[in-house]
Amino acid sequence: MSDLADLSITSAHELLDSGETSSSELLDAVLKRAGITESHLHAYLTIDKAGAAEAAARADERIAAGDGAQMTGIPIALKDNMVTKGVETTCSSKILSGWIPPYDGTAVSRLKEVDAVTVGKTNLDEFAMGSSTENSAYGVTRNPWDTERVPGGSSGGSAAVVAAGSAFAALGSDTGGSVRQPAALCGVVGLKPTYGLVSRYGLIAFASSLDQIGPITRSVEDAVVVLEAIAGHDVMDATSYRGAVPDFRAGLSAGVAGLRVGVAAELLRDDMQPEVLAATRKMVDQLSDAGAAVRQVSLPSVEYALSAYYLIAPAEASANLARFDGVRYGLRVDGETTEEMMARTRAEGFGPEVIRRILLGTYALSAGYYDAFYGQAQRVRTLVRRDFAAAYENVDVLVSPTSPTTAFSVGEKSTDPIAMYYSDVCTIPSNLSGDPAISVPIGLDDAGLPIGFQVMAPSLGEPVLFQAAAEIERLADFTARPRLATSEVT
Amino acid sequence: MPVEIDIAKVAKLARLALNDEQLASYGEQLGAILEHAERVQAMATDDVEPTSHPLAMTNSFRADVVIPSLDRDEVLSQAPDSVEGQFAVPRILE
Amino acid sequence: MTEYEAVIGIETHVELQTNSKMFCGCAVDFNAEANTVVCPVCLALPGALPVPNASAIDGILSIGAALSCELVEHSLFHRKNYFYPDLPKNYQISQYDVPLCADGHIDIVADGEPFRIGITRVHMEEDTGKSTHIGDDGRIRAASHSLLDFNRAGVPLVEIVTEPDIRTAEQARVYGAELQMIVRTLGVSDARLEEGSMRFDVNVSLRPVGQEEFGTRTEVKNVNSLRSMYRAIEFEIARQTEVLDSGGTIVQETRHWNEDSQRTTSMRSKEDSEDYRYFQEPDLLPLHIDAAWSARVYAAIPELPAIRRSRYLETGIDMVTAGVMVADAGLGELFDAAVASGADPKQAANWITGEVVANLRRTERQLADLPLSAEHLTQLDEMVSAGSLSATAAKDVLGGVMDGEGSPEQVAQSRDLLQISDTGALTTEVNTVLADNEDAVDKMRSGDMKPLGFLVGQVMKATGGKADPRMVSELIRNSVKE
Repeated sequence: MSDLADLSITSAHELLDSGETSSSELLDAVLKRAGITESHLHAYLTIDKAGAAEAAARADERIAAGDGAQMTGIPIALKDNMVTKGVETTCSSKILSGWIPPYDGTAVSRLKEVDAVTVGKTNLDEFAMGSSTENSAYGVTRNPWDTERVPGGSSGGSAAVVAAGSAFAALGSDTGGSVRQPAALCGVVGLKPTYGLVSRYGLIAFASSLDQIGPITRSVEDAVVVLEAIAGHDVMDATSYRGAVPDFRAGLSAGVAGLRVGVAAELLRDDMQPEVLAATRKMVDQLSDAGAAVRQVSLPSVEYALSAYYLIAPAEASANLARFDGVRYGLRVDGETTEEMMARTRAEGFGPEVIRRILLGTYALSAGYYDAFYGQAQRVRTLVRRDFAAAYENVDVLVSPTSPTTAFSVGEKSTDPIAMYYSDVCTIPSNLSGDPAISVPIGLDDAGLPIGFQVMAPSLGEPVLFQAAAEIERLADFTARPRLATSEVT
Repeated sequence: MPVEIDIAKVAKLARLALNDEQLASYGEQLGAILEHAERVQAMATDDVEPTSHPLAMTNSFRADVVIPSLDRDEVLSQAPDSVEGQFAVPRILE
Repeated sequence: MTEYEAVIGIETHVELQTNSKMFCGCAVDFNAEANTVVCPVCLALPGALPVPNASAIDGILSIGAALSCELVEHSLFHRKNYFYPDLPKNYQISQYDVPLCADGHIDIVADGEPFRIGITRVHMEEDTGKSTHIGDDGRIRAASHSLLDFNRAGVPLVEIVTEPDIRTAEQARVYGAELQMIVRTLGVSDARLEEGSMRFDVNVSLRPVGQEEFGTRTEVKNVNSLRSMYRAIEFEIARQTEVLDSGGTIVQETRHWNEDSQRTTSMRSKEDSEDYRYFQEPDLLPLHIDAAWSARVYAAIPELPAIRRSRYLETGIDMVTAGVMVADAGLGELFDAAVASGADPKQAANWITGEVVANLRRTERQLADLPLSAEHLTQLDEMVSAGSLSATAAKDVLGGVMDGEGSPEQVAQSRDLLQISDTGALTTEVNTVLADNEDAVDKMRSGDMKPLGFLVGQVMKATGGKADPRMVSELIRNSVKE
């Protein structure tokens, strides 16, 4: 693995710092890799070669001047639901086809400020609604470990490019597991930070009270590096956390001796893939051997979390997506009247999964059904939060599989929404509670597909989350690479 | 039991011009999803306050300060149709 | 014939004049060219988020406090969902079950009767953009189109909702006028009806006198002046009476007041009313108005019109004069300052509501542009009291001051309007005249007062009209008595 494209951010940063390589070289390596992998994966929607080359040149000047930060000169990818000034942003939807934003989202501009190099925009399930990246108006993204399989979703493009080495890291967004689940299915690290820690300004909203931007990286420490660059209060986001950002590195090398680790039976279910269950249990044992105090905890309400999520997220989405109406930007399908134009534009511009969720959310909020559906779902949300709060009185972190299965085949679940929704059963509770969670690859199943292990912590508990995740990474010693990321493929 | 819904009314509220076939299909799918979602009603939660938001904070404000607006040409360059500095749309029904 | 009673409730929208919009930093500027004060937030570009303007919250709280509302400690923003092309997000950020201010009232006097109108709620929301409809024969396109300008989208908007306590068009008119004065006194909006920075929606229903239960109501929109509101209500009462008398039923609907025809016409039936699907705005945090914030709001409330009015009445000036100075804060302030520096209240009020108002109207100037100070009024009043200026001359002098000719002293001098009220100087003139008219003096001494007028006239003539006639008369009487 001598290719620059496979380095971690921390290693690449050292080489940049010592002058052994340049940002332009890193970018070349990544673009070369993309040149090989993209025809198999279709993970990028846009590769901005010119913009990236300029950014790399700026980064090299800055590094030469001794002014480089950890992310300076590092080629990264952005999920295409993050608004980028001057670069087409589609959210993988026909309705935003050709939209060139006049502004940058906050996470994007923070990365620009340190001269990180944006390679391009990655594919997603349209408006981040899905768990397979099959619901894109611009084609399916495939898993670098097996191109017959999905990369997970909705940040499937971001997970795939990081796994394949066509970016050092990527930003995804996680509303019900959309960073963690594809990270798990692609054998990389995926973090959903505490709600409010990363500004949502410029993240095209799916469900505002659940959405959170998070990094997808090839190591836990890389996740810390990216998070450090993007976290912190933003005046443009009223829901942005106003307090001081915790020291994410505090426990990175502390190990897990004495750490109280909770295992919830509700998140280790018999209907999960046996290899996933076995790998999870093995890692729990390894943690115990490493000195962690493993405890059984109960989260009775998480059984209802999935149902609550599939009311709350569509309800918020039904309003968030109302602005796509053919008036000010994006697609317009003409009509005799504006009302007709809007209705046609929306029916033709949105894909079936988006329409399904808009209808579901509209219904859940409508007169006569609000209390029974949306209101009740919010009460379940309260119970989920209470369960977590009670659990965290006795444990420092909770662990579970990230996804009930490893990567499934393209088309396997795309006709069965409910089966697809079940992919997020372990990840959704953290979105409802607002707490941070991370997925770390811990092994492969019998088909050679990666298995992700999830760690959850209370809000602003990123330091302990990273502490546990770093030790899990060491214990798992997961060094396998997807075939596509090796030189065997051309 | 799948939930029966007036899908045409919902589509109208959501401003989606769906044909009869689409309406029937979405109606059926939604009925099935709602059958699962109805599980939330099974919980005895009358005494539980709803949670709308994960943050316990209040009062996030902006100072009353003007910041520069966008360039009109740039804004209108993205519009499907514009006339004399304004967004143009088909006639609006009152 | 059944006798009906009208039941009227009014929803008022007031645009707040903050520097920037409700949820973004775009300027509140109604004179800007179309679509030049817009940004990702107020255009609802994908990814943009609202952040509330703290000054707008202060503004609405001051309105609530002025209307004796409870300032609600914990309140929330909601999304009100409906599709309309002038609403960029296709939902309006508004408030629903917990508005910022609730349960207030306003006391007015209408048709000579004091009257209290309950204020149900005062809540915060955002304005929409503006659409212009271009007809088939429009100047821009052959086809029928509409154009959209989003400069107004996101301007802070306060909605004030009354209880259905109003019974007559006059009460409604007075309520509207009082509310306008309050908002202007608070300095949160210019509240111009004709320009739409204050707008009324009026709900009108009828019920037989004595009946508890409300009748079916109609909502009248597009009343752009207090007079329109009065006429629209009168029209609606007459129309509904006619419908009911002829055995018909009132349709719950929105009606449009047509200024040209002076009638209301049906806009849309409420049967197909929108389902707004309100839910808590997840992009915004709950509002917490603590005791310190409320106290700050109350402390900053200026003297309100009702209090100012009763204070003026106590000085002995009449209701109409007081009303003029309450309605125009600038006039009121001038009056207060003049009285504070020693002017007689009645005199000052008469000049302000008479000469000053007339001058402003004639010269089309603002009060601030007049070279007239409170001290000038006080000085003028002193000159009249001292007899050095006649009441008529005082009005001339005031005109000269407003025309920039200087202080009252200077104007009186330069226009040669000063009266001789120096007793010594006048006595000499009087004595000369009396000496020249012994016959007249004799007549008076014998009790015939008729020649007095003649004698005063002679003195006035001798002084070129500058003597104070009252003083001359007094001097003549005293001399004759001796």
